[in-house]
Amino acid sequence: MEGLYHDATLEESDVKNKNDTDTNTSTPKHDTSSKPEVNFAESACNLTLSTSSKIDLLTQMVRIRRFEERSLRAYQQGHIGGFLHLYIGQEAVAVGSVSAMGQDDHIITAYRDHGHALAVGMDMDECMAELFGKKTGCSKGKGGSMHFFAPDKNFWGGHGIVGGQTPLGLGMAFALKQGGKKGACLCYMGDGATNQGPFYESLNLASLWNLPVIYIIENNGYSMGTAESRHSAGEPLARRGEAFDIDWSVTEGHNIYEVRDTITNALEQAHKDCRPSVLEINTYRYRGHSVADPDQTYRSKEEIEEYKKNKDPISIFKDQLIQEGVISDEQITDIDIKAKDEAEASAEFALASPYPDPSELMDHIYWETDNPSESKSEGTMFFELPKSNL
Amino acid sequence: MAIITYREALNQALSEEIERDENVILLGEEVAQFKGSYKVSEGMLEKYGPKKIIDTPISEAAFSGLAVGAAMMGMRPVVEFMFWSFCYVAFDQIFNNAASVRYMSGGLINVPIVFRGPANGGTNVGATHSHTPENFIANTPGLKVICPSTPADAKGMLKSAIRDNDPVCVMENTILYNMKDDVPEDNEFLIPLGKANVLREGADISIIAHGKAVHTSLEAASVLEEKHNINAEVIDLRSIRPLDVETILQSVKKTNRVLLVEENKPFCGVGAQISYLIQDRAFDFLDAPIKRVSAVDAPQAYSKALENAQIPDHNCVIASALTIL
Ligand SMILES: Cc1ncc(C[n+]2csc(CCOP(=O)(O)OP(=O)(O)O)c2C)c(N)n1
Ligand SMILES: [Mg+2]
Repeated sequence: MEGLYHDATLEESDVKNKNDTDTNTSTPKHDTSSKPEVNFAESACNLTLSTSSKIDLLTQMVRIRRFEERSLRAYQQGHIGGFLHLYIGQEAVAVGSVSAMGQDDHIITAYRDHGHALAVGMDMDECMAELFGKKTGCSKGKGGSMHFFAPDKNFWGGHGIVGGQTPLGLGMAFALKQGGKKGACLCYMGDGATNQGPFYESLNLASLWNLPVIYIIENNGYSMGTAESRHSAGEPLARRGEAFDIDWSVTEGHNIYEVRDTITNALEQAHKDCRPSVLEINTYRYRGHSVADPDQTYRSKEEIEEYKKNKDPISIFKDQLIQEGVISDEQITDIDIKAKDEAEASAEFALASPYPDPSELMDHIYWETDNPSESKSEGTMFFELPKSNL
Repeated sequence: MAIITYREALNQALSEEIERDENVILLGEEVAQFKGSYKVSEGMLEKYGPKKIIDTPISEAAFSGLAVGAAMMGMRPVVEFMFWSFCYVAFDQIFNNAASVRYMSGGLINVPIVFRGPANGGTNVGATHSHTPENFIANTPGLKVICPSTPADAKGMLKSAIRDNDPVCVMENTILYNMKDDVPEDNEFLIPLGKANVLREGADISIIAHGKAVHTSLEAASVLEEKHNINAEVIDLRSIRPLDVETILQSVKKTNRVLLVEENKPFCGVGAQISYLIQDRAFDFLDAPIKRVSAVDAPQAYSKALENAQIPDHNCVIASALTIL
């Protein structure tokens, strides 16, 4: 169960160096070797990227990784409680997809949300402080790791109930359409979440009402400790969209150019036709389901190593950019050092920040009690208050 | 003023608010073409079109969640449940998402949504169609819950609920839908949530009720007066959360005896909380133990013979009142 174990023994993952071209160990599921090689660097959305945008994509991924590694350390030091679901290994999906968004596109995801949060531009300080349960956190210490929000950046959370965000994403697409906006909602979910009923209700409505919602299944192969082959009948998962006449695809999430290609096309389509789609993007998480997960019970160390070696999104993109000649080794080192420093500073910020006062327990429950001057109701709203409020 | 039914009062409230605010929509099963399972939305599709009055498939989780998502982005959806009993398949969307997203976002988001529909027993439809979840909802910080018992309240409170910036659950009653009474025609007729209504003043006992139990209590109060020379005060709570604690306490301090009446089940029901509040805040004013009349503590029965015995009638109320007088 969540919470019982702590994988502190797993060594800190390290960004693999560019010479890692190690081969032939079999990759059990996300094998794409049979597909024809497509050079996604050549797709329109990537060809038009400026050098600085490319460097920015790499920077974002490195920042997410360094942030999460630092948060793991903070967890081990006892500064962070509860669950901490790390995104390490999956960075290309959030960064690539968010980079393809336009002004009226919105996103919503599940509890593995740090990557998406940083990708939309939330800063490390507010995110780390939230993990520490501090007043300066993005949710003022009310949400924690699983519940980050930044509506001003079109980011609507951070949702802890598996699959619970799938109808919400639908509603965002509905509101966009109803308001005449040319936008879409990217609604991320895990492979395990595809087995929740509300997802299918949502697919039906999305197709029936022509709503611009893009369900992105970040298939990392596991639902906690349950491998896809043990949790899902019928492959691939995205094909389930077919029953609702929804376009679907399966693509790889290790190369950020491919992610951008997938999402750019889907967004263009959604904007043009106002139709939903289901995109299954294969990816992999290096860490346990949460840091309290006895990782080795359901997958081998070799499997993890294999992904780190051959499919690491950061290594792959570093190699790519060096090959393209848009970045130097020194610049890469510099990005990494900056990201580490930024993450370190965020931990210091979080540590130095005050905890919320118990009286703040009663804030943010109702809009109305937060805005007493505009309150129209009468009567008692709360029936037990913290001692400090009495 | 015009004499209209509870159903028509709801229709007026919905229509006026849809006309007033372009963000208001009504969605649910059979609300548009079919005119509402209980004809609450009669004529609205014709008037406001399918963009505002929206028929959904039988997917409570998806359309409730859709409405929450749309509300997070600033719309003001009114979700109709054919029966509140069906909210149970959308529990997560109401109790996790609508109720908690403001809190978990540290106040960055609010959810101006209304969930409404009938929540009552008494129509011989069995356990799955007779739930009265106002106590579950009241137990959930972040949600508000109201139980209008008259046509005027139905209009004035639903309008307030739609304008409210927080999620409000409106518990209606299929048996009350045909009830007729005076209802102000005023577009700005708003009854604030959290304000109880003293429907009958009295000095001997406070009978406190909500929903249809209010009418049972009024009936009982007449008999108590005629046959027993007892002058009962009847309070209609109207709103469960927020709760008009002051009106309750004032009445208790005046009459010194309390009978709580509801059609909800007893364990952790609304009366349980009110009873606690009274003993906590007005213990010294009580001349007798607080009594409670609720539905019999079994799943709702189908047979008329059983269900009639399950839901308290005015005789139960009278009998219980007499034990503390
Ligand atoms: C309704 C519900 N059931 C169970 C859980 C516990 N839980 C949290 S994450 C998870 C696995 C989900 O896996 P997946 O959807 O593949 O996402 P991933 O963790 O791989 O990102 C489980 C079982 C939950 N949070 N919500
Ligand atoms: Mg998974």
